[in-house]
Amino acid sequence: MVDLGVRIGSLALRNPIMPGSGTFSEELARVVDLNRLGAYVTKSVTPGFRDGNPTPRVAETPSGMLNSIGLPSKGIDHFLAKTVPFYARYAAPLVVSVSADSPEDFAMMAERVSVPGVAAIEINISCPNIEEGGHAVAMEADATYDVVSRMRVRTDWPLWAKLTPNTGSATASARAAEAAGADAVVVANTILAMAIDLETLAPKLGTGTGGLSGPAVKPVILRMVWQCAQAVRIPIIGSGGIMNATDVVEYLAAGASAVQVGTATFLYPKAMVRIVDGLAAWCTERKIARVTDLIGRALPSAAPARRAREA
Amino acid sequence: MRADTLAAVEAPTPLPVPGDEYLGTVLVNAAVNARYKHLVVSAPEAARKIRPGQFFNLLCPPLPDEAVFLRRPMSVYQMHPNGGTVEFLYHVTGAGTRALALLAPGDTLDMLGPLGLGFSLDPAWRRIVVLARGVGLATLAPLAQLAQASGVAITAVLSARSKLDLMSQSVFADAGAEVLTVTDEEGTSAVPQVERLLLDLIRAGRADAFFTCGSNRLLKLLQTLGRAHGIGGQVAIEQQMACGLGMCFCCVRQIERNGTVANLRVCRDGPVFGLHEALSW
Ligand SMILES: Cc1cc2nc3c(=O)[nH]c(=O)nc-3n(C[C@H](O)[C@H](O)[C@H](O)COP(=O)(O)OP(=O)(O)OC[C@H]3O[C@@H](n4cnc5c(N)ncnc54)[C@H](O)[C@@H]3O)c2cc1C
Ligand SMILES: Cc1cc2nc3c(=O)[nH]c(=O)nc-3n(C[C@H](O)[C@H](O)[C@H](O)COP(=O)(O)O)c2cc1C
Ligand code: FES
Repeated sequence: MVDLGVRIGSLALRNPIMPGSGTFSEELARVVDLNRLGAYVTKSVTPGFRDGNPTPRVAETPSGMLNSIGLPSKGIDHFLAKTVPFYARYAAPLVVSVSADSPEDFAMMAERVSVPGVAAIEINISCPNIEEGGHAVAMEADATYDVVSRMRVRTDWPLWAKLTPNTGSATASARAAEAAGADAVVVANTILAMAIDLETLAPKLGTGTGGLSGPAVKPVILRMVWQCAQAVRIPIIGSGGIMNATDVVEYLAAGASAVQVGTATFLYPKAMVRIVDGLAAWCTERKIARVTDLIGRALPSAAPARRAREA
Repeated sequence: MRADTLAAVEAPTPLPVPGDEYLGTVLVNAAVNARYKHLVVSAPEAARKIRPGQFFNLLCPPLPDEAVFLRRPMSVYQMHPNGGTVEFLYHVTGAGTRALALLAPGDTLDMLGPLGLGFSLDPAWRRIVVLARGVGLATLAPLAQLAQASGVAITAVLSARSKLDLMSQSVFADAGAEVLTVTDEEGTSAVPQVERLLLDLIRAGRADAFFTCGSNRLLKLLQTLGRAHGIGGQVAIEQQMACGLGMCFCCVRQIERNGTVANLRVCRDGPVFGLHEALSW
């Protein structure tokens, strides 16, 4: 039996596979045994009601998709009353993703979601679909520090900062999140992108631009995980283009302690469970006893050990 | 009838059977005319679960030089709960449907479903009018089966570009429907003409409820007539989708329910909505 368990700070997960925020909801319980997952991550919840963006909100691209959902949300009160209790019957920890328009509101949200039944708080400071021009807090290290540190003083719950790939300084934002007291970083949200309709020569998405996800982004996000793993000591959760177990192995080797699966679930609702089984099988074949043995194996710091094993 | 009571009457009931991922075997994938294809798939377990008006999210086979990444939603055109097959009727428009068009008998089709809330017949509706345009026929055809099983009389008004595109007449006729056809070719399908036809049906007492799908133009017409004459009904709506399960919120349309307009998910809260709930787009 392979030990698939991993730790994200104080939180023990039975396996490193969890959904990406916004690509998962209670509806999946109709198709998948949620007890098989490492954790649940909810759609980002905002303080009040939000309607989301105009349609079309989705467009297809080679090996991926664009979305401009725009964080529709029923607000935090509805979330605490309806969504949190739903997950109480399932075994894995519940991670609540929060978003807000101002640092003050992010801090308020940290306090509001620090309730029994919630195991950790993911901070969505990286959505490309809510601010003008795709701007997001996590593009700047200072703004990242500001939001995370304000949340830190308002809660003892583990804080995971979700970073954006739409910046040249992701490692600086990762360091800022760590310095502000984040317990982990999620690398990363979607890549700001667009597509054009050949009939109308207008953008395919109602908002013009959107976020790219799916296999097309994997090499980019994998590189970011590898860089961030060399920049911070807190655990990293990889998120981008994971379709199968070997994608997970790559992310773990690049330095991630766990991963989030998003777009794959849209194509194959059972993708996460298949990936858990596939990861166990991959490790068994190679006589790897613990999945944690894979973490960081591709990092420069692991090179001497790697050479020793090969010799 | 007031708008709120219409909404209460029309609210579709949630269906308990969850969809799943099934691997069907293609039996037939034949051209019906220059633009439409008829796909018959053997998928016994899936076939047993289908309710009229539900759809599957189909994984399209790869094309050599075009990317088809997401699944494509397709209504069930004919249900055979005990016969083990599911039928689709589709219009070849873009990459996804071009890929589906390549399926050959014996090929495997990955189908997620059945999904969504389908049609439901209010016991007060004894005679219904179905107004279908183009490939919208595919979505509305299972209503014929449902109505027949419930002893409800149907008048089907089928509209298309040409006579050749009117391929579902027999589906309705076989279910005992009275079929009226209008086409662009014959100059009988314009809104004022269809309106006159519907008014005749209302006067003849044959329109306890209206059913339609797809066309914004026809939806508006039915809503106007429905409001004037106190007639409810249902409409099946389309929207681009990703997951089909209600997780991504890609597929929303504006729906007016209980006095408020909300962005509801076509895949999970629909695709069938109350006739007067759907805001035209
Ligand atoms: C619940 C539901 C049931 C459907 N049932 C049928 C059916 O029985 N037969 C049938 O022929 N078609 C049906 N459709 C529409 C069908 O899904 C689209 O025509 C198909 O996805 C187009 O894919 P494509 O790759 O061939 O074309 P694309 O190149 O993706 O699109 C061609 C055109 O269709 C539009 N389009 C794409 N997807 C959709 C969509 N889901 N809804 C509306 N417009 C879309 C695009 O904007 C574009 O203008 C249904 C749609 C829904 C939502
Ligand atoms: C439709 C859709 C909605 C998303 N919504 C959110 C969200 O609300 N909050 C968030 O932090 N990330 C959101 N994401 C990003 C995903 O959680 C994930 O980080 C990203 O899609 C990359 O992973 P993938 O390639 O496996 O999909 C969304 C992605 C998609 C495709
Ligand atoms: S297609 Fe994902 S919610 Fe409807």
